[in-house]
Parts: sequence; C-alpha cells; structure tokens
Amino acid sequence: MATGKLRNQKIYFTLICLLLFSPTLIAQQTESADITATPPAPVTEVVAFDTPNDAGSSITICWKKSSDDRPDDRLFAGYKILRAVYPRGEFQQTADAPAGAEETFDNEAKDGVEYTYRIRAVRGDLYSDSDASPPAQSKQQWFHTGRVNALIGCLIIGLAIIFFINRAKSGKELYIRKIAGLEAVDEAVGRATEMGRKIFFIPGINDVDNMQTIAGITILGRVAKRVAEYDAKLEVPVCRSLVMVACRETVKGAYLNAGRPDAYDEDAIHYLTDEQFGYAAGVDGLIVREKPATIFYQGAFFAESLILAETGNYIGAIQIAGTAMPAQLPFFVAACDYTLIGEELFAASAYLSKEPKLLGSLKGQDVGKVVILLAILIGIVIHTLGLFNFAQIFTVR
Amino acid sequence: MRRQIPQLLTAIVGFVYIIQFFIPHKPFNLFERMFSDWFLIIAACAIWLGVLNLLKLSSEKVYKRGKDWPYSLVSICGFFLITIAGLFFSGGRHFQDPGTPFDYVYVNIFTPLSATMFALLAFFVASASYRAFRARSKEATLLLLAGFFVMLGRVPVGDLITSWLPEGYRLSNLTDWIMNVPQTAGQRAIMIGIALGIMSTSLRVILGIERTITGGE
Amino acid sequence: MEFFEKLMSIDRRVIFFFVGVALIVPFFLDIGQKIEISPEVQALYDAFMELPPGSKVLMTFDYDPPSAPELQPQAITALRLCFDRNLKVIMIGLWPMGPMQANLALGTIFSEKKYLDKEPVYGVDYVNLGYSPGNELVIQRMGSSIPATFPRDFQGTPVEEIPLMQGIVNFSNIDFVFNLSAGYPGTVEWVQFAVDRFHARMGAANTAVQAPLVYPYVHAGQLTGLSGGMKGAAEFEKLTGFIGKGTKFMLSQSFAHVIVILFIIIGNTAYFVTRGREKRS
Repeated sequence: MATGKLRNQKIYFTLICLLLFSPTLIAQQTESADITATPPAPVTEVVAFDTPNDAGSSITICWKKSSDDRPDDRLFAGYKILRAVYPRGEFQQTADAPAGAEETFDNEAKDGVEYTYRIRAVRGDLYSDSDASPPAQSKQQWFHTGRVNALIGCLIIGLAIIFFINRAKSGKELYIRKIAGLEAVDEAVGRATEMGRKIFFIPGINDVDNMQTIAGITILGRVAKRVAEYDAKLEVPVCRSLVMVACRETVKGAYLNAGRPDAYDEDAIHYLTDEQFGYAAGVDGLIVREKPATIFYQGAFFAESLILAETGNYIGAIQIAGTAMPAQLPFFVAACDYTLIGEELFAASAYLSKEPKLLGSLKGQDVGKVVILLAILIGIVIHTLGLFNFAQIFTVR
Repeated sequence: MRRQIPQLLTAIVGFVYIIQFFIPHKPFNLFERMFSDWFLIIAACAIWLGVLNLLKLSSEKVYKRGKDWPYSLVSICGFFLITIAGLFFSGGRHFQDPGTPFDYVYVNIFTPLSATMFALLAFFVASASYRAFRARSKEATLLLLAGFFVMLGRVPVGDLITSWLPEGYRLSNLTDWIMNVPQTAGQRAIMIGIALGIMSTSLRVILGIERTITGGE
Repeated sequence: MEFFEKLMSIDRRVIFFFVGVALIVPFFLDIGQKIEISPEVQALYDAFMELPPGSKVLMTFDYDPPSAPELQPQAITALRLCFDRNLKVIMIGLWPMGPMQANLALGTIFSEKKYLDKEPVYGVDYVNLGYSPGNELVIQRMGSSIPATFPRDFQGTPVEEIPLMQGIVNFSNIDFVFNLSAGYPGTVEWVQFAVDRFHARMGAANTAVQAPLVYPYVHAGQLTGLSGGMKGAAEFEKLTGFIGKGTKFMLSQSFAHVIVILFIIIGNTAYFVTRGREKRS
C-alpha cells in the first residue's frame, strides 16, 4: 500500500513539474523556431524564352524575385536554377543566381529541345520552388536585330564612300582642304636630302591589327617613294615584328615603284623591342646618335609620344606627327612642327597620292560627318524638349 | 600573284568580319574568334622574326665594330640575361613567382628602368610647356589659360589659392568643368572623326583601293 | 633686352634642374595638403562600400611598371578595402606584367602589421589568374566563360580546384569590376565589352593622361566611378582612411606643377617684353 501511495505521489509531482515548466519548454521551442530560418517566399512570374540575337544554345530566364529577398535578410542565400526537359523530365539544378537577381541565362541548352524552369529561392537550409515556366527552346538567329542601326549607318557611310570613289574615277575634280603637315612632306624629305642626314619614320607602337598602324604604314609607302626619288636615307625602327614585315613589303614596293630597287636596304627597317619604354629608349638613342633631319611619327602612340617628340625637337629635326590617340595629340602639337589630328592621319595616304579613288573616299567620309552632325542637332532639340529618348536609336547591342 | 593573294585574303577576312557582326548564326559566330586566334598565333610566332633581326643586326655591329657598337652589345647581353634567367633558373612555369632570378631582374632592373623612362615625361612636359605655351595668338592664349587652370586645379595648391571663394567655385571646380565640358566635347568630336577615318581606311584596304600596304602603288 | 631674349630660349637643362628639385625636396618635408574629393572618386568609393561582404570583385591589372607610381597606390588601396570588407578578389591582367604588379601590391599589403596575423587566404579570399593574351578578345571570351578564358591561375592550379572560382561562369557572377588601366587594352575596351555587352558593373582607375579620355563614359553612366592619376589615388586613400604613396607623392606633384607654371609665366613675360620692344623699335 505504501509503495502504491509513493508511486502516486511521484506521478503527481511529475505532473505538477510538467505543468509549471511547460511554458518555459514551449518558449524555448518557440525561440528555436524563431532562430531557425523559415522557408522564403517563392519566386513568381517565371518566364523563359530563347535568348535573342545569338548563335543558339541559350535561354533567358526571368522572374520576379522573392519578397524575402531583401538586403536586411542575411539568411537569404540567392536562387538555384532548376531545369527539366519538357514535358516530363526531372528537374535538375543547372546554375545559381545571387540574391537580387531577376534574370539569368542557361547557356547549355540544346537547340530544338524544349525546357522548362523552376527557380528555387534559398534561405538558410530551407527553400521554396516556383511554378514551372512555360516551355522554351533555344535557336540560332540569322540576323542580330539589335544591330539594325549599325547596319543602316554602315550602309549609308559605305555607300557614300563608294559613290564618291566612282564619281572621282569619272574625272570630277574634288576639293580637299590643305593639310599643312602633308604639304610639308616634300620639304621635309628635301631638307634631309640636302643635309645628307636620315629620315626616321616611327609607325607607332601598336601591332598591325590596329588601323592607325595600317594608316601609318600606308603613309610610309608614300614617304618611302619620295625618299627613293630624292635618293635620301630612310630608317624605320619598329616595335612589333609583324609591323616590321609589313613595313619592309611596303618600302620595298615603294622603292620598286620609284624605279630604285637597288637603293632598298632591308636592314633600314628593323625591330627594337615590344616593350613600350624600351622602344622609346631605343628610338631616343637612335635619334640622339644619328641626328636625323626629319622624323615622322605616324600611328598609335601612348605615353612615349612626348619623350620621342621632345628628343627630336632637341636635336633640331623637322617633325611631322599624326595620331588618332586624342590623349597624345597635345604632346605632339607642343613638340612637333606639324601634327595630323585624328582623321587627318587616315586621310594622309589619299592626300599624298592625289589618286582620285582615294580622294573620293574622303568625300564619302564627309557625308558620314554631315549625317552625324544632323543627328546631333536633331538629338539636341528632341532631348531639350523631352520628346523621347532619341539617343536610344543609336545604341548598338 | 604576290600582291593579289594578300589583297584577296584581306578582302575575304574583312568582309567576313563585317558579316559576322550582323549574323549570329553558326558558322559566322565562330569566325571572329577563329581569325583572332589565328592572328594571336601568327603574332606570337612572328616575335622570333623581330628577335632574330635584332640579334642579327646587333651581332653584326659588334663583330664589325660598327658605329655605336657598345649599345648593340648591351642589347645582346640584356636579351640573354633575362632569357636565360627566366628559362633555366626560375623554376619553369613558376618563373614569375617572387624570389626567382627572373623576378629579381624584373623588380631590380626592368621596373626601375621603365619607371625612369616614364619619369622623363615630368621633365619633358616642363620643357615642352615652357616652349609651347606662349600667348602668340587668341587660340594659343586660350590653350595657355586652360593648361594653366588645369595644372593648378589638379593639385591641392589650386584650392588653397582659391580657398576664399565659396565651395563649388574654386579652382578644382573650374578644372573639373574644363575637363568635363569643353575637353570632353572636343574629344568626342575628334573621336567621331577618327571613327569615320577608320571606316574609310578599312573600306579602302578591304576593297583593294589602298594597296601600298601590300607593296602595290 | 638680351636677358629677356636669353630667357625665351633658356637651356632646357635649367628647367630640368628646377623640376628635379621640385620633385625631390618634398620627400624631406612633412607638409600636409587638403585633398578635396571629386564626385567621380566618391562614386567609385561608394560603389565599393555598397557591395555586401562576400561579393566577388574582379580586379584587372592593365598596366606595367612605368605607370605603377600612379596606379599601384590605387591598387593597394582597393585591395585593402576589399580585404577589410571581406570582398573576394579575382585578379587578372590584360597586360603581361599586370599579374606581377598584383603580386607586388599584395606583398606590400601583407607586410603590414594588420595582416601578419590574419593574412587573407589564397584561393578563398583572393586569387590571381594571371595574364591572357588577346586584348579585348579576352574580355569577350570572359563574357561566355571566365574559367575557359583563364583555365589556370598564376601558379598553374586548375580553376576547378580553387574554392573562390566555384560558381563563377561569366560576368553575371561578378558583382563589381575594378579596372586599373594605363592605356590599351584598358578601360575603354572593358567598357565596350564588359559593360555594354555583358552589363557588368564597373569602376576604373586610370593614369592622369588616360583619364580625360574616359570621363565621357562616367558621364554616360557606363562607369560607376573613376579615379584619375596621382590626385585620384590621394582622394581614394583619403576616403578609405589609408594614407599611402598617393598622398605622399601629391606634394611633389604640387611643387612640380607650380614650377612649371612659374616657368610658363616667365616665358610669356619674356615673350611680351621682347615683342613689345621689337614693335617699338
């Protein structure tokens, strides 16, 4: 009997303890529930479509981000992109997207295969998936619709150039304004011949894939022909191996056309170094030791432009520079006798040759400039009046 | 044929480059990368042309005790120093790691030499400015004034001199205005002209009208 | 009259001497300068500060030793800022010597007392993927796949084995691009490809000569911020609170500018006096 009474007392004691401490236990569980992340709100409005203007294999997926995707929610980890072959494929993760993202690209889609996507919002260890997107398949496009404006621009300017080239071929005289630097080429080459000193030609420090280098080399061809005719000495220290090869071909051709193949010296066109300031040091050394009477700087230059030009100025050479690097133009203007600014570098070859076909292309360029000028004026009016975003027309995607 | 083949190749590659910009469909999308890779490979291989040319001319000068031959000797020694240090004594692939002989040459010889050449600009800018910034005409005066204000405004001294003016009207603000408004406008105009010039030259080269680069007339 | 004529054609070595003195003397002086922060540098700093911890920053070292006096202080400041804010740094170079400059910058930072005990972990907090030839084509390829463009890091480790590179596919996985540029290829190419084509968010640090060319991109909103030249470096240092070589060398630059301006004034004075006397005679 006593055992039974004691057992009942134990039971009552246990029950009372449970009743007294249960709020604490519940509170702890509630606190634990607060600490543990709750699943994030799912992403909505998931759409997938073929990425436009590409070579296929790409699908764009857009969505409206989870309402729990906020900067102050440190537990929100981002999104996982799940993909399945439509209609019955199994969803598998293909990529991640960071918090805040509302768009991503699946660049591993197979063309012609329909896929459907879910976006998994992740918060801590929990996640929630969106509804599946309508199916989408990737395909290649034959034309980049975001570049229609570039095509129209190219056609206008290209056709204008070709039109004026043909017009010039028909014998029509074209007016080209005088460019002082190019008018001085003959004088510069003649001066070097009289003084018995060399002519240096520096075709810039970029490689042959740069249009400024190409323009410089075409000018070299014209200058080399004059040099051959005047029987002067030409030296062309270069910064790139391919430029050396191209310059040699050009100068050889120029000497041949001038009827002086015997005067061509291959070693006059030589390589120094690819390194910018090593090249500048090498050319400076050559300038100070050889004391050329004339120096041409025609091509792409960077910080070494003033070092070269000042050294040439110091030895009293006549210097004709030309570059399409706007940052270097002030240095050449300050240190050289003549400077071809920007497009004058590209016009130089046509100007020196006086060939109608080449001069015609300069007129075509001017048409392009007129078109751009008109567009700027129209744009100023439209934007000032706030009519619409005119500048957007010229965005090339 | 010696001139026609390069011109034909130029035309083909030029047109393909233009077309691939507008047509993303295979195989056009591959051409840009393919041609660019080919150019890189050719340029990388062509370095030997330049290097051998340099060594040949320098060696000839040293051998024949030509004019200024000591400078050619320096070129040859410099070339072999860094090549041998980098290829044979610097741990192969890790030749750029700190502590290798290549790194030593880079940090203690190449870097100071390059920095010295660049530092010459400070002196040359001063002498060029002294010679060129003369108020000979209206335009030259404008250039002089702009250079004057920009040079002063770019250092704290400019604001110190004009500290008595309210904020927003000091020399650095004037400098910012010069750089952001007339300078930017001028740059943009020059860049438009350059872009048109590039287009015209490219078209001439692609169409074979400009032939000097391949040795033609 | 002779004196002013002589002044007009002064030997340039005299100018060099004074410029040399103006550059060297400030190293021995301890004069503070008030550095005003320009809106472009402020915008750059703000862009860094907006990045939450763990963000991936792509730092591109497109310069070599000659441009290091202007750009190295900015690289060091940016790296410090990234490490202090727990931003993960991926370093690359479009110039061959860029990655070596990156290593030099890291060496400078890690020699500081602050980092002796708690040096950022390579492969977790930062990685140097080295140099890739191809100029702007590299940027274009990165738009498709960064691991394919840089399959190994500077030391030859495959990127698949580098924890920091997990999940990095292209620019959509990069939170911010910081380009340090001294010329070509540089900021212009990064804007044309990474920003315009692949919509990367980007700030830049340029040399003083290059910066004017890049201002149009800041005003067009293509660049988030721009730090130009030594002054930009000093401003950036001031904003971040790390006073380095950018601030120290500004004094030399200030002195040098003043000397150049004085010589210009002297030259013009001599010019006007000589011209006036010629007119009168």
